[in-house]
Amino acid sequence: MTSFNAKRVRADIPQLSRVVFDRPITYLDTASTSLQPNAVIDAMSRYYQLRHANVHRAVYQTASEATAAYEGSREAVARFINAPGGANEIVFTKNATESFNLLAKSWGAKNLKSGDVVLVTEMEHHANIVPWFQLREQTGVEVRFIPVTDDFRLDLSQIDELMRGVKLLSVTGMSNVLGTINPIRELAAIAHGHGALMAVDGAQSVAHSLTDVAALDIDFLIFTGHKMLGPTGIGVFWTREDILDSMPPFLGGGGMIADVRTDGYVPADGPTRFEAGTPPIAEAVGLSAAVSYLEGLGMINVTPYEHALASDALMRLALEFEGRVRVIGPYDMTDRGGVISLDVEGVHPHDVAQVLDQFGVCVRPGHHCAKPLMRRFGLAATVRASYGPYSMVKDTDVLIEALGHAVKMFG
Amino acid sequence: MSAVSNLGTNLDDLYREIILDHYRSPRNRGELESPPAIRVEGFNPLCGDEIVVYLDVENGVLKNIKMVGSGCSISQSSASLMSAAVKGKPLDQVRETIATFKQLMTVQEATLAHDGEAPKVDVRALGELAALQGVIKFPVRIKCATLSWNTLVQGLDQLD
Repeated sequence: MTSFNAKRVRADIPQLSRVVFDRPITYLDTASTSLQPNAVIDAMSRYYQLRHANVHRAVYQTASEATAAYEGSREAVARFINAPGGANEIVFTKNATESFNLLAKSWGAKNLKSGDVVLVTEMEHHANIVPWFQLREQTGVEVRFIPVTDDFRLDLSQIDELMRGVKLLSVTGMSNVLGTINPIRELAAIAHGHGALMAVDGAQSVAHSLTDVAALDIDFLIFTGHKMLGPTGIGVFWTREDILDSMPPFLGGGGMIADVRTDGYVPADGPTRFEAGTPPIAEAVGLSAAVSYLEGLGMINVTPYEHALASDALMRLALEFEGRVRVIGPYDMTDRGGVISLDVEGVHPHDVAQVLDQFGVCVRPGHHCAKPLMRRFGLAATVRASYGPYSMVKDTDVLIEALGHAVKMFG
Repeated sequence: MSAVSNLGTNLDDLYREIILDHYRSPRNRGELESPPAIRVEGFNPLCGDEIVVYLDVENGVLKNIKMVGSGCSISQSSASLMSAAVKGKPLDQVRETIATFKQLMTVQEATLAHDGEAPKVDVRALGELAALQGVIKFPVRIKCATLSWNTLVQGLDQLD
């Protein structure tokens, strides 16, 4: 393991001191939602206690403080992903799903016509699939899938053929089921070589590795606050300023306008054009605190630490259960993160998760909003254990103990 | 260790031996030719459990019932227990069993609504089905237990 001090991170997370069924909680559901450190919870509390006001409206002191905090969060997020145009390129949404809908319904509806192709992958979350199908109903755009190999990687052997007619390549940075980390920089180069733009679903990846949109040379990045130690209710949409300025408004209402008359409206400039209504202000404050917290840990320290945790878990699962527990994802730790999906022979994922719950183990059973991927591997569901910067080897100890119990019980 | 004994008590309530037995060796598995048999599908989109129920009804009697499906131990054992309980029974008796079982599955909410006074469910009338009463302690699993029953109701509704 590295010098990274997960014990200190753990001490910062109040929920990790909970006891469930006489056992300390073993939280292995970070891919679904992460837990929050006190820094995030306190920042949101202090905001509501002392400086809550609506943003961009009033002139009184607390309102200008609230506006400064909200806009400051945009700057923090821009810095975190190294957005070349800074805060002007950061749109706040409700979650990553809404960000994908913004991409499809604003940029997509304007730029894609019948016969154009959106290329996604078989390992995408429904959020990066359904909005494209919805756009297909409207415009006749074609939705195409990059297949996944038997060893859980993207099959890029036919990529030049697949790229024919593609206007947008939209790929997840890390699969929320397999833990596979995709070669984003390489894919962006391929996309640009074919005259297409490159979008990345960073929901899983931004909290676990350094994300630099300029270095990756991508065009869109989408992620959510609550999977990166921040609060629920806030998502991020990033694109280059020139693209953002060309995009038509998405949701209409207050806050997103420059002018409204009885015969029409003029939309506002910049990110606020896409932020109709009162935005998630407290959530932006919390997200800003989460970004600072992650920067304090250093993403370059988080990645190898979680890598080591996952590597240890994979090895021990293989040794302990000798094939009765199959990992649905790569065993090879190259380009792989701390998301581990399991198929326990003869035991349904819901039963596994039920037994694990009695050990205080929080895992997610189900299809993980990735049904095309489940079908690809002939599964209805898996049990997924996922790690975060507050996870420790002892979490894997309890996971293995509880899995052993489940295997015995249904064996 | 208290953790282990606690674990045993809680889980044993849910996973009774009868339930595990019906999960491992489900009764009345298979298909019936449809038509004449009624064929009806049940689906739980949240967890992906699915079931297909075949009903052979003659002269007001559920002469035969067969099922295929996949899902967790609770959904599959509940289906198996259900098939054993209703097979060969007159339809009014089948409907009675369904009503009693549904009452069993809602007893928790009812208990809350009636200031702690539990409504009377005649557990003896349920026979082996009573093994499923532990499910109500795990509210998220109630929909697993009721999937096959709701599917059966849909099938019977087709008769009307």
